[in-house]
Amino acid sequence: MLSFITRRLAATLAVLLVASFVVYMLTANSGDPLEELRTQNDPASVAKRATLTEKLDLDTPPFFRYFKWLGGAASCVIGQCNLGVSVIRGDEPVASALGNAMQSTLSLVILATVLSILFGVAIGMTTALRQYSGYDYTVTFAAFIFYSLPIFWVAVLLKEFGAIRFNEFLGDPHIPWGIALAIGFVLALVVQAVVGGHLRLRLRTTGISFALTAGILILLDITQWLKSPSIGIVGVAFLGIGLGALLLFMTSNLTKRTLQYSVGATVLAVVAMWYPLQFIWFYFNNPFAIVLVAVLLAGLGVAAGFFLGGDDRPEAMRVAAITGALSTAPLVLDQMFMRWGEYVQIIPLRSGVISTIGANTPVLANSEDTWMRMLDSSTHLILPTAALMIISVAGYTRYTRATLLEVLNQDYVRTARAKGLPETTVIMRHAFRNTLIPIATIVAFDFGAVIGGAIITERVFAWQGMGALFNQGLREVDVNLVMGVFLVTGVAAVIFNILADLAYSALDPRIRITEA
Amino acid sequence: MARKKVTAPNTEQLALSELTIEQRQIEGLSLSTVVRRRFFQHKAAVTSMIVLGVIVLLAFTSVGTIIGGTGRLAADTASGEIILDGLRISGWWPFDWYKNYPITTPGGLPSWEHPFGQDTLGKDIFARVMRGIQQSLTVVTLIGVLATVIGVVVGSVAGFIRGWLDSLLMRITDAIIIIPGLILGAVLGRTIGGNAISLGILLGLVSWTGLARLVRGEFLALREREFVDAARVAGASDFRIIFRHILPNSIGIVVVNATLLMSAAILTETALSFLGFGITAPDISLGQIISQYNEAFKTRPWLFWWPGFFIVAVALCINFIGDGLRDAFDPRQRNMPKSMSLGRQFRELTGWGK
Repeated sequence: MLSFITRRLAATLAVLLVASFVVYMLTANSGDPLEELRTQNDPASVAKRATLTEKLDLDTPPFFRYFKWLGGAASCVIGQCNLGVSVIRGDEPVASALGNAMQSTLSLVILATVLSILFGVAIGMTTALRQYSGYDYTVTFAAFIFYSLPIFWVAVLLKEFGAIRFNEFLGDPHIPWGIALAIGFVLALVVQAVVGGHLRLRLRTTGISFALTAGILILLDITQWLKSPSIGIVGVAFLGIGLGALLLFMTSNLTKRTLQYSVGATVLAVVAMWYPLQFIWFYFNNPFAIVLVAVLLAGLGVAAGFFLGGDDRPEAMRVAAITGALSTAPLVLDQMFMRWGEYVQIIPLRSGVISTIGANTPVLANSEDTWMRMLDSSTHLILPTAALMIISVAGYTRYTRATLLEVLNQDYVRTARAKGLPETTVIMRHAFRNTLIPIATIVAFDFGAVIGGAIITERVFAWQGMGALFNQGLREVDVNLVMGVFLVTGVAAVIFNILADLAYSALDPRIRITEA
Repeated sequence: MARKKVTAPNTEQLALSELTIEQRQIEGLSLSTVVRRRFFQHKAAVTSMIVLGVIVLLAFTSVGTIIGGTGRLAADTASGEIILDGLRISGWWPFDWYKNYPITTPGGLPSWEHPFGQDTLGKDIFARVMRGIQQSLTVVTLIGVLATVIGVVVGSVAGFIRGWLDSLLMRITDAIIIIPGLILGAVLGRTIGGNAISLGILLGLVSWTGLARLVRGEFLALREREFVDAARVAGASDFRIIFRHILPNSIGIVVVNATLLMSAAILTETALSFLGFGITAPDISLGQIISQYNEAFKTRPWLFWWPGFFIVAVALCINFIGDGLRDAFDPRQRNMPKSMSLGRQFRELTGWGK
């Protein structure tokens, strides 16, 4: 295992080295950093040119300059990055400029990638299972359109309609009952198309989901929830139950009594912990609290699975632990929503809650309160993430659909069905896992595309992230800055590739990385 | 693409009865005929081809085009009018994309004279968008042709010859793949960007990597097949085996992926021009128009909608054509039986109409 990772790492590092050389040479030759000064006739420009030439080391040919840069970059291994200084950013060291930019960009890119995979795989699977239905055709057509959308165009549209109109709505959240009913009806049509089956079942699904959606929307309107959203202990309980049910469904254990008890007990424990956890959130106010709580709740899940799992003890412990760990999400959301009222007071009045500018509100950037900062980042992340997702999701949907259809035609799926296994087990256990194998490869590929998308999205939403650094650096031929951005994206891509390889070997026992 | 052959004349009847419906449909036809027939059955693909053809015709005939020259703006010495350097072929549209005209409607609102409206300087947006489409299509075609040729050559050489040459070519491919496409494109565009032809050639020189990998994989599988051995025994040279025997068998993968590459190419080109690293003023690209009028969305939305619409239209058409080609070359997932229609289920449930 370790030898595989080292070997893999060495190979990719060699590739990265060559790639960095290519980018360095291309960037260094892409333009003349002194162009602007050359056209000026005033005598001071000669002196300026001399200092700039000295600073940028322009008298050394780019080929040798690259190795100087490489020497500095290599010291990153011992923890002291020397990526040179960025002349256009007032001689700021590139490493420090990247440090600030990296956080916002990588959170955007990773969030968009993870969410795209989740949604894309889910939608792709449902279309494959309902092949040649109206739902399938609609989604396939929509995927084609989304796939053909230029991201900068989508981002501008989202900014206009997603943010400005939605903010106006949030200012006075009133859902007319007619619209609530209409949304409920449309959603019910979608749900019945996904669930499928015979007409009787379809009618029942339509009825239930219509009543549920319209009911919730009307309830939201009556209680004015959108004005001051909160989750509270009740919301945590409901979200926990939903999460547990989803996990039981995904592991095809929905009907097993022992697992129901274990997961149910875990959700109960999470709800019981709601009050004591308030102290942790308050006194241990930093991001590590999330990890701490996740581990704690996973531990509770393991215990519940151990005592209630019966014959399925290992499986029960695993599922319950995952339920516990994931239940941290509603708890954190709850913390964020608790600060909603205060947040609405702080942000500039005109911009509205869904922000279109920057990665955070300047006033809150250095706030003491972690949860407030997270709430602020989330409202800024919504639109860029959505823009990136629209395009990525389409790719994953189409890919998952094709792969699952291929897998469903395999002999082992027929065998599984012939054994009399329930359809859920066949799909989730036998088909789903094998569908994930090729998807793992696509993730690594898609990551580069998402980074490119992020550069454009950042420009539209005026983020001071790596995209901005790249644009600025390339425009003024500041090689150090461009190389810094390339280094971060390149290393991120390498990490994603290795993760994909590891996922590959975890999913497919035929691939043994220890022998590779 | 295996072609089913009926074995012996006296067992022909027997063999025919053993063929599936799918096989009987393509019995005795050449691959190209089969593919052409299947492609023309794909309604979305055929429609897209027609729409794309109309867009191409419209873009090139309406405002005409310009051949050669630097493409820079200059003042005509005789009349004092603004002209472009190069051989200008004019079209049927009365306005040029580089000239300012008097604004006819308040705010440059779309009118009969200027159907896509005008910008603040009075430029005709229809002419600008048409010129933008020309540029984008030029870039897309160049990328498609160059990347396909390089990808096929690199992939087939690597896959067929293997050994150290394969490792070397694949490491080069890896090195290019690891650089995010937009970063590489922007750096290249910044270097010699500015006009469509140089941008197309540069991007084409780096976009072949995905295709090369696919072709290599296909070659690795096909070179072990019997027909390659047969060709070699018959004395065929490596060159002949690659181009006459193996390549025609992997044509499906090449054609489909070349199409998808081109639909990605138009998005890359417009994105680069949007960032200012692709086609730059005085020339026009669809992405550049959007970037230029980005801020005018509230006051003059037509400046923003039309270029975007045409990017989506072209990309969508190419994608659908690619899908049609995929289905035509790989018919595995077609001709599936449909489940019982909802109407029939409804009649059965209610007993209505009996």
